[in-house]
Amino acid sequence: MEQIQRKLAEYTASLYNEKILDEQFIQLQQLQDESNPDFVVEVVSLFFEDSERLLNELAKALNQTNVDFKKLDANVHQLKGSSSSIGAQRVQRVCISFRNYCDDRNVEGCLKCLQQVKIEYTLVKNKLETLFKLEKQFVDAGGSFPVV
Amino acid sequence: MSSFQSSSSLNTKVVKKLTALIIDDDIVVRMVPKELLRKFGVETHEAKNDQEAVHAHHNCACFDMIMMDLDMPVMNSRQATKELRDMHVDSLIVEMTSRKKEEEEKSFMDVGLDYYYQKPLTIDVVRDLVEKIKENA
Repeated sequence: MEQIQRKLAEYTASLYNEKILDEQFIQLQQLQDESNPDFVVEVVSLFFEDSERLLNELAKALNQTNVDFKKLDANVHQLKGSSSSIGAQRVQRVCISFRNYCDDRNVEGCLKCLQQVKIEYTLVKNKLETLFKLEKQFVDAGGSFPVV
Repeated sequence: MSSFQSSSSLNTKVVKKLTALIIDDDIVVRMVPKELLRKFGVETHEAKNDQEAVHAHHNCACFDMIMMDLDMPVMNSRQATKELRDMHVDSLIVEMTSRKKEEEEKSFMDVGLDYYYQKPLTIDVVRDLVEKIKENA
């Protein structure tokens, strides 16, 4: 159990060190309690669903002959907000650049950002899924949170 | 319990639950304030944009606090604040924003914004807001 605990602590620390997650994720964990024991997983799952929908919308919008920058910006704004809400810092940062390209009506810039945001999203998704697996292993081995 | 208690000593006043309307275009974003407020016993309602919120008020919805995101598209938040005040909505109106310009804050105060907070919403800010709602009630 100690080994799992150490592995979990190290993995969690790496997510913050690599700036994949920021303090907002800690806020989410603090909101989880007996009255809402699955809060973090619920919010993160919703983030995955929401992001996938938004990424599809962004790809579709950039595929048009006449790009609707207003619609594009509205979708990037949503993705920026949701990634910020769960602490997905790197996704949020790409969204900030993305919005600037939307303001400039720069299709090439937007396409680059879309590629970048997909990469960062996939990364944070994989990392969070691994984190949840490790947490489950920890709990199954008899561990409980908060981990000191 | 004595059956002869006078009505003045009976707690006949129904304790009204505090309510808040959270306005944001994204479902994930609405979850954090929703849960934070729930922890303080506030009943939350949601709207996707300022237009929906104004529409709800036209249909006689009433809330102790309205939380808006300053950075949202669709209806301009300043316009929505003005419209709500023009409808005599006296809820506490609070703006959440990632912007740092003071001028923005001032321009909203003159149309009836009560408070302005930097994102992200934290438990301390919510605690403060719940106190303010109670003072406003």
